[in-house]
Amino acid sequence: MTNAVLHVADVHKSFGGLHALSDIDLQVMEGTTHAIIGPNGAGKSTLLNVCIGRIPPDSGAVVFDGKVITGKRPHEINQMGIVRVFQTPEIFPDLTLLQNVMVPAFAKRDGAFTLNAFRGADRETEIRDEAEHWLADVGLAGYKDTLAASLSRGDKRRLELAMGLIQHPRLLLLDEPTAGMSRHDTNSTIDLLKKIKERGMTKVIIEHDMHVVFSLADRVTVLAQGRIIADGTPEEVRGSAVVQEAYLGGTHR
Amino acid sequence: MTALRNDLIYLVVFAVAVLAMPIWLAPFGAAYPDLMQKFAIYGIFAIGFNILFGMTGYLSFGHAAFLGVGSYAAVWSFKLLSMNVIPAIALAVLVSGLFAAAIGYISLRRSGIYFSILTLAFAQMSYNLAYSVFTPITNGETGLQLALNDPRVIDRALFADAPGIPRPNLFGIELGGYEAFYLCAVILILCFFVAMRIDRSPFGMMLKAIKSNQTRMAYTGFNTRPYTLSAFIISGIYAGIAGGLLAVTDPLAGAERMQWTASGEVVLMTILGGVGTLVGPVIGAVVIKYFENIFSAFHMAKLEDIFSFLPDGLESFVVSIVSPFVGEGWHLTLGIMFMLIVVFLPGGLMEGARRIRARFGGGRGTGSKAHSSNPAPAE
Amino acid sequence: MDQLILQLLNGLDKGAAYALIALGLTLVFGTLGIVNFAHGALFMIGAFCAVVFSRLLQLETVTIDPARLTPWGSPMEVRTPLVQAWLGDFGAVLVQWSVPLSILFAIPVMLIVGVAMERGLIRYFYKRAHADQILVTFGLAIVLQEIVKANFGANPIPVTAPAALAGSVDVGGWLGLSGVFYPWWRLVYLGFALAVMGLVIAFLRFTTYGMVVRAGMEDRQTVGFLGIDIEKRFTVVFGIAAVVAGIAGAMYTPIVSPNYHIGMDFLVLSFVVVVVGGMGSVSGAVFAGFLLGILQSFASMNEVKNILPGIDQVIIYLVAVVVLLVMPRGLMGRKGVMEN
Repeated sequence: MTNAVLHVADVHKSFGGLHALSDIDLQVMEGTTHAIIGPNGAGKSTLLNVCIGRIPPDSGAVVFDGKVITGKRPHEINQMGIVRVFQTPEIFPDLTLLQNVMVPAFAKRDGAFTLNAFRGADRETEIRDEAEHWLADVGLAGYKDTLAASLSRGDKRRLELAMGLIQHPRLLLLDEPTAGMSRHDTNSTIDLLKKIKERGMTKVIIEHDMHVVFSLADRVTVLAQGRIIADGTPEEVRGSAVVQEAYLGGTHR
Repeated sequence: MTALRNDLIYLVVFAVAVLAMPIWLAPFGAAYPDLMQKFAIYGIFAIGFNILFGMTGYLSFGHAAFLGVGSYAAVWSFKLLSMNVIPAIALAVLVSGLFAAAIGYISLRRSGIYFSILTLAFAQMSYNLAYSVFTPITNGETGLQLALNDPRVIDRALFADAPGIPRPNLFGIELGGYEAFYLCAVILILCFFVAMRIDRSPFGMMLKAIKSNQTRMAYTGFNTRPYTLSAFIISGIYAGIAGGLLAVTDPLAGAERMQWTASGEVVLMTILGGVGTLVGPVIGAVVIKYFENIFSAFHMAKLEDIFSFLPDGLESFVVSIVSPFVGEGWHLTLGIMFMLIVVFLPGGLMEGARRIRARFGGGRGTGSKAHSSNPAPAE
Repeated sequence: MDQLILQLLNGLDKGAAYALIALGLTLVFGTLGIVNFAHGALFMIGAFCAVVFSRLLQLETVTIDPARLTPWGSPMEVRTPLVQAWLGDFGAVLVQWSVPLSILFAIPVMLIVGVAMERGLIRYFYKRAHADQILVTFGLAIVLQEIVKANFGANPIPVTAPAALAGSVDVGGWLGLSGVFYPWWRLVYLGFALAVMGLVIAFLRFTTYGMVVRAGMEDRQTVGFLGIDIEKRFTVVFGIAAVVAGIAGAMYTPIVSPNYHIGMDFLVLSFVVVVVGGMGSVSGAVFAGFLLGILQSFASMNEVKNILPGIDQVIIYLVAVVVLLVMPRGLMGRKGVMEN
């Protein structure tokens, strides 16, 4: 087995009296696609927020690539190579699609701050070409000069995916990447994610849609009430009695 | 590279328009040096303000403080060093830049209205202190002036003393009305060029992205604070240059330049011309300064003269309608104009021009680019 | 000790005016989500209501009194205020008490002005950016100022308090100290301000109408979902804020003679007060108003100025900066207000 890119080590988090996460110990292996599933309120989003430094854990630590990332600021975590794609699309509505994708490319190339005020952005042909390439990959090539605000919700999610992918992250965290998409769009997103998998990017996906999970995941972790109740290959998890009970007898809709 | 060529054309047209002010402003009665100097100086101030407000969306209500500090720095340079404008402007840049760095460092910890209030608070403190504790530096209410016995160490070391208080000069060229105007005009063009470079650069793109969605910028890997702070300092320096030039055209610096109404004025200029556009703020500055000087000089006799072509009864009627809006009352015109712009034309005069161009089938202007998200209220 | 009491009273007085303006500002901000730079102009209009009202009461009639002769031997002209001519002594009392009575005049005027402002302009800005709101109300403030300036001139217009309340009172005597004299009218203003604040807070706390408004301050959307016509309440709230600012201005006239820019002068400070108190918090605005007023008075004492020169000029802004940096939401602000 290859080495772990992300290690969530013994993390606890409670809000008031509510244990949102307890005893979470999780390893995400290099090059794999790791799905985290579970009923509503199981703590999936909290876990993701802990991973990107939005919420500090009460105890335990998140180790990425051998370095502790708990307590680091969001931009530092991004610069280390972790990119998150949000559940509700977070884009730059007042910029064009092309600019939306160029901005993260600059972050990747120039770091958290550079005063590059005297070189025309037009001359950055390398970055522009790459941005156009990723826009084409998510199927938005024809709209590169339109403002992002005018996109439909589904298109915004695809744009955000391109914004994440252009940074070639070591670890891509996807929060329900296909929520609210049509079946057709879901399938094209799955195809796109499979394509990146071939390039060896590690991904963590939080997802409700079992079709997506079982099409993509190499490994599945099941959360319920803030605890890990199962962890294994998709086949193992599918057959697990505990998981079936959590889903059928538990709080799931 | 067509974008680059377009920018070059844009710059050349701008430069020609600025340098030719004495010609094309003549029919408007505005082609006298004092007023044209103000157009150029406040144009610089507004361009700089737009780098902060237009690009990052941070609305500063204290920018006049940097203008005032620039003026004081320039006058001190005249007094202590030399009547040459180069050290004066250099000192204005340095001092206003440092001042902006300090105020920006603290104020930018907050955003939105809190940022506006913090900048306002700092500017008001500067204003109040300039009148009281800092009187040795600012000379209080009288204002800082040149004196016959100022040290002027560089000048005295190099040249013999001429009688009387000397005027600011540029390596011996005494800066009278037109010379001073052309100096301001050249600096305006330079400032415009720099702003254009910033606007077209990756840095400018980041500033606009911060305006659009600052939280997202952090998760994209940017430390946004240095970006906003750089924009703040750059725009503070622009204000400092403008303040320095005010001192060049009239070597006197007073605290009233720092009052919050003066900060409000530059906001008006930027909004009126068009936030986020390059040339808009300059147009706004010209329009407001024009109104201030020309409109406010109108009085009854002049009005009667203008409308004398009308029949008698109608003439006095029109004059009585118009007179509250000119002369003493020109602020009323300004306020109304301002409200109309914010209500009906949030993109300012530049958006108005774009709309007109779009209506008459003039090429690329679509009007969809600016402010499509917040349309004017439908009445 | 005497000095301290005097400065405390001064501070309370100044604070009362700040708090009354800030109260309306924060109320309008909390419910309507509007940053109103024209709020100072409402204070100014209120002050000029007092001016107009006292001028109305002093409209005179000229009668010839044959019983009295001028030094040149002709019958003397006597000028009497009309109300006095009609109502006799009671009329004379009315003329005397024009400032407090002008509240009765200011309330309907301010209500009309406020409602007209909200219906005619403000409501179109509910969904616009705060910057746009600041700009349009700033423009409106200039227009209102200029209209007043065109009609009343640029100079301050003196207004006198009723003779009975014109002098000073020995406040020290009440406390067993000697010789702390304080103007009667300023004490009246303090009491008046406290009463108005009490009324507004009671209205918000104890009436159903007020409770809905408060709920709207907490969570505007939900109140909208409940099917309550929130727009109508917005208008009412704006009207109340206008009335509070207006009567605060009317009553202030004997303390500082009103001029057209008195509103702007107060507005900047009141904004600082609102932010220090916490945007959208009514009790925060009241508390911060008094706090800053008192701090400002104490800072202007010579003993303090000798140690910290210039402190009186900057104290309010300095406090604002520190509060905003240490407590981003102000002293009593709630989470989620004005954050992006």
